[in-house]
Amino acid sequence: MTSDRRSAPASGSAAWRRLARALRPRVTKAHLTAGLLCLVLGFGAATQVKQVGKADFSKLRQDELVEVLDQLDARASRLEAENLALERERDRLESDQTSQQAAAEAARQRVEVQGILAGTIAARGPGISLTVRDPDRKLTAAAAYLLVDELRNAGAEAISVGPVRVVAATYFKDCAAGGCVIVDGVELAPPYDWLAIGDPSTLETALGIPGGALAAVRTQGGSSTIVAEDDVAITAIRILAPPSYATAIE
Amino acid sequence: MIALLGLIAGVALGMATQTDVPAFLVPYLPIAVVAALDALAGAARALLDGLFDDRVFVVSFFSNVLVAALLVFIGDQLGVGSQLSTAVLVVLGIRIFSNAASIRRKLFSA
Repeated sequence: MTSDRRSAPASGSAAWRRLARALRPRVTKAHLTAGLLCLVLGFGAATQVKQVGKADFSKLRQDELVEVLDQLDARASRLEAENLALERERDRLESDQTSQQAAAEAARQRVEVQGILAGTIAARGPGISLTVRDPDRKLTAAAAYLLVDELRNAGAEAISVGPVRVVAATYFKDCAAGGCVIVDGVELAPPYDWLAIGDPSTLETALGIPGGALAAVRTQGGSSTIVAEDDVAITAIRILAPPSYATAIE
Repeated sequence: MIALLGLIAGVALGMATQTDVPAFLVPYLPIAVVAALDALAGAARALLDGLFDDRVFVVSFFSNVLVAALLVFIGDQLGVGSQLSTAVLVVLGIRIFSNAASIRRKLFSA
């Protein structure tokens, strides 16, 4: 190794002189040798640079290749596990959604049924429309109550009189002046317009039986008209306050 | 002068030709190149010292390359190839730096 040789410290100008002399183009054995070796070095360096640019696995050592393979394996299994977890999550969400839809559907149907029964939502369907006239103003609340009773017995699912929806808690009361009826606090004057949803022929028959509700009406001097209809719309609704004391027993 | 021309010509030749490095040489070529660079730096320093000797240059050039390649080869056989080539590169890098520092001191006295 030339660099291992020790020499007396050369002054700066001496070094520059030697450099200049070496750079002068002279064909000597030393220059040719150095030029040849530099050519080899340049060739090797350039070849290596191009080799690096190719960047493939062929120039990796065996242990490096094994490491790359291990990394790929680990990465693949990690991704596999992630894929599995995500698929499970997706399945869970899908089944959740299905059951939630079913629950929502069931809840909607329950709301509809109970709303019709409790009178909180408007209802429509086949039924009858009944007009009770009372020219002499002699009809009592009892006659009206009898009418409701008869309708319920005949399977009426929704009943209204005038603007009032008749529900389980509905009450009928004679008004002070007489000749009119107070239904759930609403004073109604004749003629009374009843609507009932149910099997029209059954309802009609039930009201018309001798000694029945309409017979009582006639006895009290009133008259009535029943019309069976395919589509009766009861839009009167009952506003319910949520119970303050009662809670459900599960 | 001829050395510089040779270096440039070598690089040009390497770039111009499509040389495929033989597979068994692939791990050794980068180390060999760095070892040769070290020999070159040593030669430049000797030149400035006025001690340049072409025979020494040739011997140091090839012995550097061979020893470096041999070390890497032994490392590969022992299963520590990548570590040992790193070690060789570090040592050669240090030597190139110290030679460069020496050259700088001679030329610029700094």
